[in-house]
Amino acid sequence: MRVGKIARTLTATRGRNHWDWTDWASYLYLCLGVLVMFGPVLWLGLSSLKSPTGLIEFPPSLLPTEPIRVAVPGYPAPLPLYRVTKGEHAGQTLAEIRRIGLQATMVDPVVPGTTIRVPVEDRAKVTRVHVAWDNYTDLLGKFAFGRYLWNSVFITVVATIITLLVNSMAAFALSKYHFPGREPIFLMMLATLMIPPTIILVPNYLIAATLGLTDNPWGVIWPAVATPTGVFLLRQYMLTLPDDLLEAARMDNASEWRIYWRIVLPLSAPALAVLAIFSVMWRWNEFLWPMVVLSRGESFTLPLALNSFQGELTTQWNYLLAMTIVTLIPVTVIFALLQRYITQGIASAGVK
Amino acid sequence: MGSLSLRSVVKRFGDVVVIHGVSFDVADGEFVVFVGPSGCGKSTLLRMVCGLETVSDGEVWIDDQMVNTVPAARRGLALVFQSYALYPHMTVYQNMAFGLENLGMPKPEIVTRVAEAARMLKLETYLRRKPTALSGGQRQRVAIGRAIVREPRIFLFDEPLSNLDAELRVGMRAELSELHRRLKTTMIYVTHDQVEAMTMADKIVVLRDGRVEQVGPPLELYNHPCNRFVAGFIGSPRMNFLEGRIMVDGGTGISVEIPGLGMVRTLATPRTGDPGDSVTIGIRPEHVRTGHSAGVAVNNLSGVVAHVEQLGGLSYVRLDKPDVTLQVPGQTPLAFGEATAIHLPIEDIHVFDAAGLTLPRRPL
Amino acid sequence: MTGRLAAALFGAIMNIPERPMRWAQNRLRDGRLGWLFVAPNLAVFAIFTFLPILIDFYYAGTGGTALLPSERPWIGGENFASLLDCQNYLDPNSCARDQFWHGVWNTLGFVTLQVSLMLLFSLLTALVLNREIIGRSFFRAVFFYPVLLSPVVVALIWKWILQRDGLLNAGMLGLGADPVNWLLDARWAFGWTVFVSIWAHMGFYTLILLAGLQAIPADIYEAAAMDAAPAGRVFRRITLPLLMPSLVVVLVLGLIRAVQIFDEVYVLTGGGPGTATTYLVQFIYNTGFASQVRQYGLAAAASLLLAGVLLILTLVQLRGMRAKGDARG
Repeated sequence: MRVGKIARTLTATRGRNHWDWTDWASYLYLCLGVLVMFGPVLWLGLSSLKSPTGLIEFPPSLLPTEPIRVAVPGYPAPLPLYRVTKGEHAGQTLAEIRRIGLQATMVDPVVPGTTIRVPVEDRAKVTRVHVAWDNYTDLLGKFAFGRYLWNSVFITVVATIITLLVNSMAAFALSKYHFPGREPIFLMMLATLMIPPTIILVPNYLIAATLGLTDNPWGVIWPAVATPTGVFLLRQYMLTLPDDLLEAARMDNASEWRIYWRIVLPLSAPALAVLAIFSVMWRWNEFLWPMVVLSRGESFTLPLALNSFQGELTTQWNYLLAMTIVTLIPVTVIFALLQRYITQGIASAGVK
Repeated sequence: MGSLSLRSVVKRFGDVVVIHGVSFDVADGEFVVFVGPSGCGKSTLLRMVCGLETVSDGEVWIDDQMVNTVPAARRGLALVFQSYALYPHMTVYQNMAFGLENLGMPKPEIVTRVAEAARMLKLETYLRRKPTALSGGQRQRVAIGRAIVREPRIFLFDEPLSNLDAELRVGMRAELSELHRRLKTTMIYVTHDQVEAMTMADKIVVLRDGRVEQVGPPLELYNHPCNRFVAGFIGSPRMNFLEGRIMVDGGTGISVEIPGLGMVRTLATPRTGDPGDSVTIGIRPEHVRTGHSAGVAVNNLSGVVAHVEQLGGLSYVRLDKPDVTLQVPGQTPLAFGEATAIHLPIEDIHVFDAAGLTLPRRPL
Repeated sequence: MTGRLAAALFGAIMNIPERPMRWAQNRLRDGRLGWLFVAPNLAVFAIFTFLPILIDFYYAGTGGTALLPSERPWIGGENFASLLDCQNYLDPNSCARDQFWHGVWNTLGFVTLQVSLMLLFSLLTALVLNREIIGRSFFRAVFFYPVLLSPVVVALIWKWILQRDGLLNAGMLGLGADPVNWLLDARWAFGWTVFVSIWAHMGFYTLILLAGLQAIPADIYEAAAMDAAPAGRVFRRITLPLLMPSLVVVLVLGLIRAVQIFDEVYVLTGGGPGTATTYLVQFIYNTGFASQVRQYGLAAAASLLLAGVLLILTLVQLRGMRAKGDARG
């Protein structure tokens, strides 16, 4: 019954009753797409759970594993277990005592008295799944990771709040007041959409340095809070709010400032939410400008820290991978929860 | 106190003049209705009284104060919007309390005032709801409640009933009149619906193209419209108009020759007295009689029935040649195509000159 | 409870400007209060966008390594001259600023390859997603997900796969091929920067194209079906022309972004091996910030040349937008 229904749903593509090759090709393409688009992220996640020895293993295993060791009477340290694949002991599981050249000296843990010599290529390591959570738990103590996390969170949260406030104020005036200079101001703001931040990198650094904002989270926050995208998005939304409401509030003796934050702001919540999501994404992922303006380690954000660690000679990949995962988790969670708003917002506004 | 006085008020948008020197007075406690066709400037006038529009010229006085430069909130007025303009993100209670909070009123007093208004408007059970969860009539009450709690000197209503269905509208009309009786506060009400004006107003201000056509009590306007526009605008169905020419002044009044129909005698005296001037006679449908009058020999005409509307309690009969509508009490046996005789009683005939002004009457 | 507390806190903070704003309101008539509302946003724009553009021009005409404009000697067009000083423009090594010309040619190659392939794949993906696909929103989300990732994260994800002992080489081994040093071979490294940037940005363009496809009224297709038009013809004669405005937007946006490629590549390859993946913005960054001698003037001059290119692309985009508006008509 249920299977029949699913089968019907599956076959009822494009209003026809059978699958043609284009349907097969579509699903094949999509599944391949999932593998290419999401597989690498998954691989990174799995790798981040591996211990340092598991990471240098080649070819790598899919799941995080570690060799099993057993205590054998007569040997001080636990010995790694191997399964013998060939020769007279094939099928047996033996513990390795030592390895010399291509020969390994092994012992059956059940009969610890007699040693057995096995060629190295005739045996395989016995492993079990082992999740190295300490890649994550160690992070807090190492590399001032907490510091970077805090920097990133601080910059993201504060910049987003300021962005919402400043942009919504401008959008309010541009949508609800008629004042001399309104049109030029709006056009000027739109024009800044076309000035990519990369070309004003040098002078912006000068300005940040003059204002004492280098190596300071505020140096990252201020330059990008006045987003033209945000002003535009909010203005378009506020234009749809009826002027009657503002006049009613005026009759209710509300000051213009009060009208802004008691009436217009709450009613613009949907647009503010979209801008908030964008702003969080922008700020959390920002790279080039923070790299220019922040040069001291303790002021780094997570992406900067990631970048500096991956460039070191002895990269501790297990920590780097875990840190990468921590960096992508907030974005992933937000996306999982608000996917609909994000995709709709982008499709309608055409901004990123 | 809540009297209002407009003195030669003018409103210009750029080069376009929308209000041409309007003057009239509203006494304390009066219910005044601004009425006129859409685009006549009645809403603009109201918004100028409110302070939502600036006054280009002239003066607006409230009580003993010239308020041209006083901001809207300080004029002590309350406005009920056509769209209600309820704050959608606030509950009914918050909607009503918002204005009082802005005045910095202590909370207990806000609670008392809102509760009182809610009781008066039967809104007690809805105080925690948001406007979207209310029906049209309830929203209307909230909008009125928001005005009441502020205890304004003057209430202003901008077409408040136009978003309601016909039945609710009749009910709300009575409620508003009742509210006015109870509060005894000055109310100014804008509408394009002359029925609302007739039923509620103490005084009607008829506006057209930014000018006041006539100011007066409803029946005064009905009985003695000062021009053709007011005569046509007040009263439903509309007054019948027939074009003609002055023939002779017959001592008691002029006779008008209606082309193709004959002579109609009236009680009007011409201003200039030139026979041959074109004039318009007007008579309300309810004044036209069916059948020729037995006692009087004049003003007996005949026509052909073009359309009959039987409403049961009364009937409307529209004639073709002359184009006249009659209101007949009860039900009528007349049917399409029948010829019928009508009589225009001399005392009910209004005469307007070429400029549309009413010609004065000679006493009967 | 926390919600109420947050509301109270928000109210308390937003009440602070009440008195000054009321004061200003009584003095500024006819909506001039709008100036005050726009002021903060405008101030930030002025300080961090408009002023920098002016300084850019000044910097471009000065030399030396000092940061403060007052300490920089005016050298006129020398920066531009040295950037454009080449015996043979096709051979960067013959230029005075060989790094710049490596950047120019690399960027040109990158932009051509990246934009055309990305356009192709996002169109293909959008067309597939526009079919009656079961789980469409899941697939759409998967294709879009990398767009949200930090470029550094993107680079690290792929660096981890492409490293010598990485997953890809394990796969090569499994197929019986020899492992390749993907990021240390000039040709491969270039190819991978193209691939990774397509991987990271494709979802965004797919989304725009998908929106464009879904805006095409279904009845047009039904009419075509009634006319028994074959699928290929429907695509060429109906879908493609109606999608053209969106395609133009995608093309130009893609170009503008591709010209500015930096973040992912910087972390993935660092511009290497040699100069194989050094693109224009990285040249600016290296010249102005990463080298021992910080040549701000040269970096500013290169920025202005880049800005010129972007300005042209933006004008093209505006024309495209207008075409889009006309098509909606």
